[in-house]
Amino acid sequence: MNNPAASPRPSHKRYFFEKFGITDHMLERCLGEALAAGGDYADLYFESVTATSLGVDEQIVKSASQGTSAGCGIRVLSGERTGYAYTDNLSPERLLHAARTAALIASGPAKQTVQGFVEAPVADLYPVPLGGYDLDLAARLELILRADRAARAFDARIVQVRANYSEELKRILIAASDGAFASDTQPLCRLNVFVIAKEDANTTKGSAGGGGRAGLDQFSGSKSPESLAREAARGAILQLGAVPAPAGEMEVVLGPGWPGVLLHEAVGHGLEADFNRKKTSAFAGLIGQPVASSKVTVVDNGTIAGRRGSLNVDDEGSATQETVLIEGGVLRGYLTDKLSARLMGSANTGSGRRESYQCIPMPRMTNTYMLAGDDAPEDIIRSVQRGLYAVNFGGGQVDITNGKFVFSASEAYLIEDGKITAPVRDATLIGNGPEALKYVSMVGHDLKLDEGIGTCGKDGQSVPVGVGMPTIKLDKMTVGGTGR
Amino acid sequence: MPDAASQSEMTALDLESLAADFVALAMKAGASDAEAVVREGDEFSVNVRMGQVETLKESGSRGLGLRVFLGTRSSTTSTSDLTPEGIRQLVDGAMALAKVTEEDPNSGLPETGEFGSLARDLHLYYDDVYSLEGAERIEWARRAEAAALAADPRITNSDGGSFDASTGRKVLANSRGFVGSYRSSYAGVSAAPLAMDTNGTMQRDGWWSGARCFAHLESPEAVGAEAARRTLRRLGARRVTTQRVPIVFAPEVARSLIGSVFEAASGDSIWRSASFLAGKLGEQIAAASLTIVDDNTMLLPTGAGGFGTSPFDGEGLPSQRTVVVENGVLRNYLLNTYTARKLGMKSTHNASRGLAGTPGIGCGNLYLEPGILTPEQIISDVQAGFYVTSLMGFGVNVVTGDYSRGATGLWIENGQLTYAVEEVTVAGNLAEMLKNMTAIGNDLVFRGSVASPTLRIDGMTIAGA
Repeated sequence: MNNPAASPRPSHKRYFFEKFGITDHMLERCLGEALAAGGDYADLYFESVTATSLGVDEQIVKSASQGTSAGCGIRVLSGERTGYAYTDNLSPERLLHAARTAALIASGPAKQTVQGFVEAPVADLYPVPLGGYDLDLAARLELILRADRAARAFDARIVQVRANYSEELKRILIAASDGAFASDTQPLCRLNVFVIAKEDANTTKGSAGGGGRAGLDQFSGSKSPESLAREAARGAILQLGAVPAPAGEMEVVLGPGWPGVLLHEAVGHGLEADFNRKKTSAFAGLIGQPVASSKVTVVDNGTIAGRRGSLNVDDEGSATQETVLIEGGVLRGYLTDKLSARLMGSANTGSGRRESYQCIPMPRMTNTYMLAGDDAPEDIIRSVQRGLYAVNFGGGQVDITNGKFVFSASEAYLIEDGKITAPVRDATLIGNGPEALKYVSMVGHDLKLDEGIGTCGKDGQSVPVGVGMPTIKLDKMTVGGTGR
Repeated sequence: MPDAASQSEMTALDLESLAADFVALAMKAGASDAEAVVREGDEFSVNVRMGQVETLKESGSRGLGLRVFLGTRSSTTSTSDLTPEGIRQLVDGAMALAKVTEEDPNSGLPETGEFGSLARDLHLYYDDVYSLEGAERIEWARRAEAAALAADPRITNSDGGSFDASTGRKVLANSRGFVGSYRSSYAGVSAAPLAMDTNGTMQRDGWWSGARCFAHLESPEAVGAEAARRTLRRLGARRVTTQRVPIVFAPEVARSLIGSVFEAASGDSIWRSASFLAGKLGEQIAAASLTIVDDNTMLLPTGAGGFGTSPFDGEGLPSQRTVVVENGVLRNYLLNTYTARKLGMKSTHNASRGLAGTPGIGCGNLYLEPGILTPEQIISDVQAGFYVTSLMGFGVNVVTGDYSRGATGLWIENGQLTYAVEEVTVAGNLAEMLKNMTAIGNDLVFRGSVASPTLRIDGMTIAGA
């Protein structure tokens, strides 16, 4: 848990005021216009993003790109209704026009006034150097060139290597009619390596990546360019000798870290409050009910320093927090934003997020993980007669209404008589969210968070997230291979 | 719609000269070649849930992208800031970035003489998408949901009905003399009802109608009724045991298989050898009945341009029709200029271009040519099998061809659709699946830019209980 000394940081706010000529008076005027037709609540979300990316491919620095965007989204709530308008032109006329458009969700005389802004103290989970990060392109190029060299050196069968580095600095400012006022500067970077391995007629791929809300010094240890390159290359070489994945229900052991994507799909989405408020989630009405084995405790925690899924404030200006979702197997809570907290009469967990100023915020995850248990990972493997040991995954998906979820293993092995044996080809695992975690019979002591590569999609909006898990054993899960 | 219209103060001509100005600025700053894109768009959407407006969204935006070359070095920049300072940063930034890249002998704009834009009217833009008044738009969303809710007492809840409309303009200009632009429009209506069965299990599905022209939309009532039918047929779903039986893919899921073939045949996968189709040009890669075409010039039966139709591609090359697979033989890779040069071939004019980044490869209207069997005939021919109506997850590896996805649908018994099936996977390998396509339906309908009729594939594995 991380709770650094909190202090307001006026520099974020100053950026918008100086660069775009925004004033307190202007913010109040826009909110006033937004509420003029009788809305209950209005907020303004200003965003300015600069993104840079560099790519090496075939040992050539082939690509370099940079993009900037700025805009403001204006939201008005009236009962359960949301009116929304945005503009990428931050002139007073355009902002007022957008405010008037969003206001039309309500109809009637103004009934709410704009409260005086109060900027609450927030954490500083990802300190940004004064004036932002310097864009030393050479230092960033060195990262991808090192990754390229390490991947090529790994094995002569690695025939293609691509490495990309991307970085963004997002500044946000939120002003709401209830007086909420927040600003933040959010760095995010990521290093990715993709390789192709070839042997005779066999071709396979491998990839690895890492990143987070921190500077370049994070790319060391398990996230060094060399480690990531070796990881990508190792995965591709391993696949050259893979056998068909088995098909059907069996014991499944999931390795620590990124396989926590299981939690994101199996329970995380189903616990987002919007689905539960509308009773469209398979988890609706299950608070206080067992939804997992007693060994399972799952939290969503947006307050871990430097993590990809962490935020000082969510996109409604509320402080993020650690929220217990499942405790000892019992469903404890949902992830809420302002609207769902108000309508459900529950606390706001600071989970209101959006992809950009063009999008309406909704409850989303941050870093979602299972707490460690007592079992030794070796004992977990040893306990399996015949099963699958999956250590790396691609993406997953869930149907929150019937609870069915999938996630696709990209590195997995057979377990035979308590021993890890042959690597298997890609296979999707499928289960039912409110049931799957009831079969968790062992939980390792080796909790690990992922390396910082997750992106979550919901209703067409993508946001960066993290996952984590110790090694766990599920007594049964369906493995979607082609073999026996 | 006066609000959206007021966002577009600039005419096509203004935007074209704006793009040409950016190119000139970049050339003046020392670029050896330059290419600019301008995008302008506006959108409206309303969602009605349980009869009440839930969200109402309305806006417009504009963006600018620049690609510059210094010989065979290149970079790209983009911005939403069209002020003189924003534009100066765009140009200066691109020049500075290009200097950190290295010589790539295959990079560069297409050759002068290759450029062009289809002159005929492709019917991509209809101003009627905004013809409904605000209250009527809400009414369309409400009617779609209401039709779904009224269809059956087991429909008890809803994710809502929606109506949305958008228009956009794309402009491309470069230093080799190409300037082109086009407008497009879209309107859509949808419904997503939930049904509950006697033991309290919920199911959700949905349906939609989308068109470039408002007048071509299906009625909200038809959309709502179809959404209800799709949701109801999921009730009572159970798992089946692990087994190998024929799989019949409904058109709305079969299209994703055709999309995977496109990805595997696209130049970027091919030159990297990152595709199970690499090096297979001219070879029999699929059943002899299989022909896949990518046609960027197509008009729909309604007379409107297809969802993937455009006058020119993302590099300014005139749109064309490309046969990808003909009678099971791989005839063409799908290429942009860069990947064509890597392979020593000609571009198939499949460059895609967003605001940011270098051109990628995109399909136009990609489809599997229909066969002669009705979907009912295909199903009636299956003794025991699985009719798949939705797929989940991303378990498609075009490098190895390995395919494994979550699936939902209906069980086929003695040629009849019976009970609903869920929580199973279907798995195989694309290279074998293409050869094991044993029946192709006659039911090709373009609901989006990628389309397929009903398909039967043998030899795949269902993993279940």
